[in-house]
Amino acid sequence: MIYIYQLIASFFASAGFGILFNAPRRALISCGATGAVGWIVFYLFQEGGTDAVLASYIGAIFLTAVSLFNSRRMKMPVIIFITCGIIPLVPGGTAYEAMRHVVMNQYTEAQEYAFQAALVSGAIALGIISTEMADQVFRMVKNKFGRKEA
Amino acid sequence: MNGELEIIEAPDRVYSEDFVRDVFYIAINSGKILLENGAETYRIEDTMLRIASSYGIENAQVFVTPTVIIFSMNDYALTQTVRIEERANNLEKVDSINNLSRRISDGLPLKTAIKQLETIHEARMFPFWLVVLSGGIIGVMFLYLFEGVLIDVPAAFIGGASGVLILEGILRYTKLKFFIEFFAALFIGIVSVLYVGSGPGQMLDTIVIASVMPLVPGVLITNAIREMIRGHLLAGIVKGAEAALTAIAIGAGVGLVFMLS
Repeated sequence: MIYIYQLIASFFASAGFGILFNAPRRALISCGATGAVGWIVFYLFQEGGTDAVLASYIGAIFLTAVSLFNSRRMKMPVIIFITCGIIPLVPGGTAYEAMRHVVMNQYTEAQEYAFQAALVSGAIALGIISTEMADQVFRMVKNKFGRKEA
Repeated sequence: MNGELEIIEAPDRVYSEDFVRDVFYIAINSGKILLENGAETYRIEDTMLRIASSYGIENAQVFVTPTVIIFSMNDYALTQTVRIEERANNLEKVDSINNLSRRISDGLPLKTAIKQLETIHEARMFPFWLVVLSGGIIGVMFLYLFEGVLIDVPAAFIGGASGVLILEGILRYTKLKFFIEFFAALFIGIVSVLYVGSGPGQMLDTIVIASVMPLVPGVLITNAIREMIRGHLLAGIVKGAEAALTAIAIGAGVGLVFMLS
């Protein structure tokens, strides 16, 4: 049951950001679904005891796969789905925590949060690029074999 | 590195100056709209070059950073620099330009393309109340994702909605983005502290984090790193600096409230 609640919450969080970012209206539901997939994968891995950085990486891989699928299906740039979909994963809260501790003169905690934010966002970026690269290679190979058959 | 040598020779076919200027107009304005509305650097460069070559103009060069576009059609000795003052996320326009460039590749006539480009400039937006409402919904959803308690929901809703209201409302009249973010965060801090201080609220930190989620630069940080990994170092650094400034503004706004309370 808790997984369904998590799915719903991450769906509306992503779709809400779709409205903030003025995403095309017909893409909103796909945006929400992308975010929900990314978050639930992250959540499952984190519940299973995986490190947050690795879990974010895996979540980003899955959500980019969904984004690529959506962008082919709806003929829209993939960035629409990625921007809205990474919302539940991105370490905005951590970045804010880091800066809040800086402002309150607690530099040790601030450093910890800042490094965590940098690592998690790096992992998400790597995850997105991994899937994009895999997709490019896959299509290149497919094109080559397609040409040989023809 | 074994880069190829740049070729400087007359093009195979010389187009009239008016035609070249029209193509230039479409390409550079498409790039400008993309950059102002949150597209990635590689997509902007790719789109501009693709538009130029769809109309038969090869040997064009483009350099894009988050603050400037430099575009040259080398065969025609035509160059322009465009300064970009403001950037926001408006994915509808990115999608429209993407569609336009797709149609141009399929052979859309030049005059029609110019007309369509000019209609993109007035893309429809979501109504303001819906944007503010979605800020509140985002706050509540993140309260749940961050394992907050049910009693804190009103504070997260009011905080999230008022943060977006202040940010988007004042942003229409002034350009000082970081200062407005500071005020929005300040207001969120005041709402949360009052709600917890006056009785019903329980988890102050969770309320504040959930409410500032519509403002925090999480997407910006991730995009900065993506740009860097793709090799657009300058764009990555600029976006990273923007993200850091935003985080400082929000942290300072909330931190001020915490210090005073």
